Amino acid sequence: MNKMILVEAKLFLREPGALIFAILLPLGLLLGLGMIPDFQEASPEMGGQRVIDNHLPAMMTILAVVTMALTVLPGTLAAYRESGVLRRMSTTPVSPFRLLVAQLVNNLAVAVVATALLVGLSHLVHGTPFPGSPLSFAGVFLLGTASLFGLGLLIAALAPTAKSAPGIGSILMFPLLFMAGMWIPRELMPDLVRRIGDFLPMAPFAQALRDTWAGHAPQTLHLVVMAATLLAFGALAARLFRWQ
Amino acid sequence: MKVIEVDNLRKRYRDQLAVDDVSFTVEEGEIFGVLGPNGAGKTTTVECVAGLRTPDSGSVKVLGGLSGDALKQQLGVQLQSSALPERIKVWEALDLYASFYRASVDPAALMERVGLAGKRDTRYGKLSGGQQQRLSIALALVGDPRVAILDELTTGLDPQARRDTWELIEQVRAGGVTIVLVTHFMEEAERLCDRIALIDSGKVVAIDSPAGLISRIEHQQTVRFRPSGPLDDAVLKALPEVTGVHRDGDRVEVTGDGNLLLAVTGALASAGVVPADLRVEQATLDDAFLALTGKKITNGDAR
Repeated sequence: MNKMILVEAKLFLREPGALIFAILLPLGLLLGLGMIPDFQEASPEMGGQRVIDNHLPAMMTILAVVTMALTVLPGTLAAYRESGVLRRMSTTPVSPFRLLVAQLVNNLAVAVVATALLVGLSHLVHGTPFPGSPLSFAGVFLLGTASLFGLGLLIAALAPTAKSAPGIGSILMFPLLFMAGMWIPRELMPDLVRRIGDFLPMAPFAQALRDTWAGHAPQTLHLVVMAATLLAFGALAARLFRWQ
Repeated sequence: MKVIEVDNLRKRYRDQLAVDDVSFTVEEGEIFGVLGPNGAGKTTTVECVAGLRTPDSGSVKVLGGLSGDALKQQLGVQLQSSALPERIKVWEALDLYASFYRASVDPAALMERVGLAGKRDTRYGKLSGGQQQRLSIALALVGDPRVAILDELTTGLDPQARRDTWELIEQVRAGGVTIVLVTHFMEEAERLCDRIALIDSGKVVAIDSPAGLISRIEHQQTVRFRPSGPLDDAVLKALPEVTGVHRDGDRVEVTGDGNLLLAVTGALASAGVVPADLRVEQATLDDAFLALTGKKITNGDAR
C-alpha cells in the first residue's frame, strides 16, 4: 500500500499543473488580496473583524481543497478508468480500490500542505491570527475535506468521459463557492441565501472554518450537514463507481 | 494435466448473448489459441476464465478450481484496452506490480527478457506501441504465474514488433508457463499455437491443431504459372488431378487435388511448354476458418 501511495505521489509531482492550481493560486490570491487596505480594516458589517482575520484565509483554504476535490481527484480517477488503468489492476491480486485510496491520501496531503502554507504565510505577511481552536479547526478541516472528496468521488463515478469529469467539477464549484462566501461574505448575504447555503456542501465547511479560526465552536448544523454530505456522496459514489 | 477446464460457458450482456456455449480444456505447457472475428466472444470468455466476470451458466475451473486471490496469484493477465498511467516509468510499473504478488520474479531480469532494459526510466506514455505491449506482457509475468492469458497481443504492432513479440511468447512458454492467446490474427495463431479453439458468434466451431484445422477442409491446391508458348487448356483438363483451369491474361490458374504440381509440370513438359513464375498455393487457416464458419475473419492488419 505504501508503495502505491509513493508511486502515485511521484506521478502527481510529475504533473505540476494541479499543484500550482491547488497551492500557489490560493496562496497568491491570499497574499495579494490581503494587501487591499479595506481588507486590513475592522469592518462593522463583519462584526468588527478584518477580512484578513479569517474570511479571506478560510476562503482560500476552501479554494485549495475544492480544487483538489472537484477537479484533480475526479479528473485523475475518470482518466484511470477510461484508459484502463483500473481494469489493468483488477487482473492482479490487488484490488483497484487501493489505487483509489492512494489517490485520496495524496489529494488530502496536498490540501493539508496548501492549508498549512496559507495559515503560516497569512500569519507572517498579514498578521492573521493562528486558528483560535486548533483542534476544532483541524477536525472541521478533515470533515469538510472528506465531504468534498465524497462529492469528487461521485463526480468521478458519474462522469461519462475522463475529460468531462473536471468540467463537471468546475461547474459545481462556482455556485458552491459563491454560496460559501467567496465573492460576498456570508454576513452580507440576504438571510434566505445564507440559509440555503447552510444546507449545501461547501458553505457549512467555510463557516465552520471561520468559526474555529476565530476561536468559536462550529455550529452543530454545519457539522451535521458536512457529515451527512460525506455519507450520502460517499455511499452513492461507492454504489455507482464503475471500475471500467 | 488440465490447467483450464471450461464447460458450457454462457454469458449474456443486457442486449446480447456474448458467449453462447463454449467448452474447452487447456493442457499444461501448451499455447492455446482462442481465435475468432471481432465480437465473437473471445474476450468475454477469457474474462470469465480470469475471474473478472461471472458466467451466467456453465463452469470454469482453473488450476484445479482456484478462485479469488489464490487464482490471481497464479494467473497473469494482459487484457485489451488496459493501460498504465502516462507518467509512470517502466521500472516503477514493474516494481509496483511485483509488490502485488506473494512471489514475484526479479523486475530487472524481466525487463532484460522483454527487451526493455534500455527503457528502464522511460515513461509509459513515451514508449512505442510495441514497447507498451512488451511492458504489458512483463506485468502479466511479474507475479511468476503458471498460466498467462494474453488478449490481442499484437494488434496495432508493426510486423517487426509483432515477430519480436511472438519470439517472446515462445520463450515464455519454454519457461514452463501455459499460455492462452486470444487473437483474430491467423498468422499469429498458426505460428504460435499448439491448439486452437475457433470461436464464432459465441460458440466453439472447432478445436484442433492449426494443421488439423486446415486438413479438415477439402485438400484443394492451386497452381499458377505463365506458359512460355501457346497451350491448349484441354491438355490440363485431361489430367485426373485437375478440377478446373482458368485464364487470367497470360496467366493460367489450375485447381485440383492429389499431386497436382507433378501432374501439371509433367503435362507441360510433354507439351513442350515451360511454366514461368510457377506458384503453388495450399489451404491456410484463413481458408479453414472460412470453410468452417462461412465467414471471412478480419485480418489483424485491417485495424
